[in-house]
Amino acid sequence: MAVAWGRGRLAPLAGRLRAGSRAPLRSVAAAAAPLYDVVVSGGGMVGSAMAAVLGHDIHFHDKKIALLEAGPRKEYDHIPDSYSNRVSSISPGSATLLSSFGAWDHVCSLRLKPFRRMQVWDACSEAMIVFEKDDLEDMGYIVENDVIMSALTKQLDAVADRVEVFYRSRAVGYTWPLPSHSCDTSPWVQIELADGRRLQTKLLIGADGHNSAVRKEAEIKNIEHRYDQSAVVATLHLSEATDNNVAWQRFLPTGPIALLPWSNVNHSDFIDTAGAMFRSAISLLKPSGTAVRQLPPSVAKVDPGSRAMFPLGMGHATEYVQHRVALIGDAAHRVHPLAGQGVNLGFGDIACLAHHLSAAAFNGSDLGSLKHLLKFETERQRHNVSLIAAVDLLKRLYSTRLAPLVLLRTWGLQATNALPPVKEQIMAFASK
Amino acid sequence: MWGGGAAARALTRALGRRRAAGALPGAAGGLRGTLQNYSWKIQLKSGSTLPVSKTEIKSSMLTVKRLFSTSHPSVDSKEMKKFQLLAHKWWDEEGEYSALHSMNDIRVPFIRDTLLNMSSNYHLGNPLSGVKILDVGCGGGLLSEPLGRLGASVTGIDPLEDNIRTADQHKSFDPVLAKRIQYKSSSLEEIVEESMETFDVIVASEVVEHVADLEMFIKCCSQVLKPEGSLFITTINKTQLSYVLGIVVAEKIMGIVPEGTHEWEKFVPPEELERLLESNGFSVKTVNGMLYNPLSGSWSWMESTSINYAIHAVKSGARGQSSPTDALSELESEQPSATAGTAV
Repeated sequence: MAVAWGRGRLAPLAGRLRAGSRAPLRSVAAAAAPLYDVVVSGGGMVGSAMAAVLGHDIHFHDKKIALLEAGPRKEYDHIPDSYSNRVSSISPGSATLLSSFGAWDHVCSLRLKPFRRMQVWDACSEAMIVFEKDDLEDMGYIVENDVIMSALTKQLDAVADRVEVFYRSRAVGYTWPLPSHSCDTSPWVQIELADGRRLQTKLLIGADGHNSAVRKEAEIKNIEHRYDQSAVVATLHLSEATDNNVAWQRFLPTGPIALLPWSNVNHSDFIDTAGAMFRSAISLLKPSGTAVRQLPPSVAKVDPGSRAMFPLGMGHATEYVQHRVALIGDAAHRVHPLAGQGVNLGFGDIACLAHHLSAAAFNGSDLGSLKHLLKFETERQRHNVSLIAAVDLLKRLYSTRLAPLVLLRTWGLQATNALPPVKEQIMAFASK
Repeated sequence: MWGGGAAARALTRALGRRRAAGALPGAAGGLRGTLQNYSWKIQLKSGSTLPVSKTEIKSSMLTVKRLFSTSHPSVDSKEMKKFQLLAHKWWDEEGEYSALHSMNDIRVPFIRDTLLNMSSNYHLGNPLSGVKILDVGCGGGLLSEPLGRLGASVTGIDPLEDNIRTADQHKSFDPVLAKRIQYKSSSLEEIVEESMETFDVIVASEVVEHVADLEMFIKCCSQVLKPEGSLFITTINKTQLSYVLGIVVAEKIMGIVPEGTHEWEKFVPPEELERLLESNGFSVKTVNGMLYNPLSGSWSWMESTSINYAIHAVKSGARGQSSPTDALSELESEQPSATAGTAV
C-alpha cells in the first residue's frame, strides 16, 4: 500500500483535468458518432448485469444503452453435463438483484446449489465458527459463471430495443470531456473501438475487470497489492452420500482451503431421504444443532481436466467516479476469494448505481453529472472498504503460525462463535 | 464553495477535487466537505476580489450595449444589465449559478409530480410527454433541459440574447433535447399575440422578483395558458428574514448569489402573489416554503414560506364562469330520471 501512495504523490496534482486526449472540436465527424445515454464497457457478469438492470428499468424506457464486450457472443442453449470449475458464491442480496429483472428464474431452471450452513475452522487450533440462519433458509448459492452469463444474455436479448450489445468490440481509446463546459468541444465521452467505429456517451460505466482500461485511461489511482499466491480450483467427487448443503472452509498457514457444495449427483433419492430422516431424528434428541460438529465429507476423486489456477490480489480504486465515468465490480475493487464476496460486491455496486441513475433519470438530470455519481461512490465505498479491509486482515491473520497471533485468532473465532448477535451482523453484512 | 471569489475558485481547482487521493477512500466524502468549507473560509478573506461587485455593475451599465427590448413592463432594464455579465456562467455547476442547479433537485420533482397527479395517462419512462411548457426567464436553460428530458415540449424565453445563445448552444449537443426545446429571445408580452392559449404549463422560476410590473406579467401568463393550465412560480418572500438571509448572507457574506442580483424591495410576499393570481383568473392550489442549506449546497421543502417559496396555480376554465367539470356535473344531475328506474 505504501508503494502505491508514493507513486500517487509523485504524480502531478492533476485535479479535475486529465492528461488524456482532449475533447474533439465540433467537426462533422465527431457529431456523426451515435450518442448513447449509457455505455457499459466490459461484458462479464457485472457488466452484463448492469446493462440488463438499466435496460429493464422503467425510467430508462426511452434511453439508449450500449454494452461493449471484447469477446464473441457465446451461445448457452444447453448447459453441458460436466460442471464448469468457474463458480461463484451468490449471496441472497445478489439473488434479489438478479430476480429483479428476471434473470434468477433462468438460473434456477438451469443449475444452482443452495447452501445452508458454513463451517470455518483453523488448522493450528481447534477453534471453529459456524454460520447458519435460524430458520434454516439458504445462506447463499453456488452457481456456475456460465449459468449466470446464460441467464444475463437471455435477459439482455429481452430488451434488445433499448440495449445494444457490441460483441468483438474492444475500446482502444477514450476521449474525456472538459469538466467546465466550453463552447466548441463536445460535452460527451468519445469512445473509439478497435475497428475504427466511434461512440459518444453521456455516462461511461467501467466494468472491465481488475486491469480496467477505463480506470487507467481516466487516471484513477488504484491501491493494489499482489498476494504472492494463486488459487487452485477443481471439481471434486465426494465419496459418501450427503445432503451437500454445507460450505466448508479451513484456514491453513499456506492459505485457506474451501469445499463448496455443488450438486447431489451420484446419489439416489432414497439415500437423500434416509439421510434427512436420520438427521431429524438426531436433532430431536440433541436440540442444539450448532453444538454438533459436522465433519466434512471425504473426497473420492478429482474431475479430470477441471484443475485451474489463477493469481490472487487485492485492489481498491481511490475514486469510483469522475465526471461522466463510474467504475463497478472488479474495476473498482478486487478482493481475496476467502469470503466469497468478489462478485457480490459487484452486484451490490450495480444495485446502488442503478438506484441512483434511475432516480436521476426520473428527475430529468444529466446522467453523467457528478452529483448523483458521488452519492453512489460514498455509499459503496463505505460498504466496500470495510469489507475489503476485513478480508485482507483475515487473510494476513490466518497466514501465520506465530503463537501470539494464533492465540489471538483462536480466541477471537471462539468468542465470535459464542455470540449469535455478532454472527448475525456478519451474515447480514455479507449477504447484502 | 459557490460563486464569487475568483481566487477562491482558482485555489480550489489547484487543490483539485481529488486532493484526497492519498487518503482513505472511505473518507473521501468527508474530505470533500472539508474542502468546501476551506474554500468558503478563503471566500471570507478575499471579499474584495468578488468579480461582480456593485460598483462594477454600475460602471458597466454605461458601456453595455442594448441587446434587449425594454419597452415591455415585465422586463426591467436594470435587471437585464445585471445578468448580462454572467451570461456565460450558467452551466458551471459549481460557479455562480450552483444554487440554481441544485434547486432542480426539488423544483423538477415538484412540477413533475404535480402534473402527474393531475393526469391519468402517462408513462413513467416519459412522464411529461405531450405537455407543452413555457419557461419564462429561462436564462441558460437550467430548468428547460430537465423538463425536456422528461418528455415535454419546452419553449424557453428570455429577454437577454446572450442567455438564449448560451442555452441554444448547450442543448445543441443532445439531438433529443435539441428537438424538444426551442429558445426565443423575447419578453412575455412579445409572444402573447402569437401564442394565445397555447401552453399547458407555464414555469416562472426565480423570475417574478425581477419583473417591473407583476400584475401585467400574470395577465400575460393567463393569456398564453390554456384553460385548466398550470402555472408554477418560485420566488423569494419579502420579510426581515429574507433580507438577512437572502441579501446580507447570501450575497454579501457567503457569495451564494452574485452581489446585486436581488433587491429586497422587489421581493413578493406569497399573500400578495396569491391575491394577484386569484384576481386574474387563477386558483392557487399549493404554496410550499423552500430552504437552501449552504453547507450541503442543497434545497429542501419547509413549512414556513418566510424565505423562498413555490406556488402552483391553475387557470380557471374558459367559456364563462363554469369550468368543464362544473358542466359535467350539471349534465349528471339532469340524468337521474333516466337511471332512477334501474337503481334499486
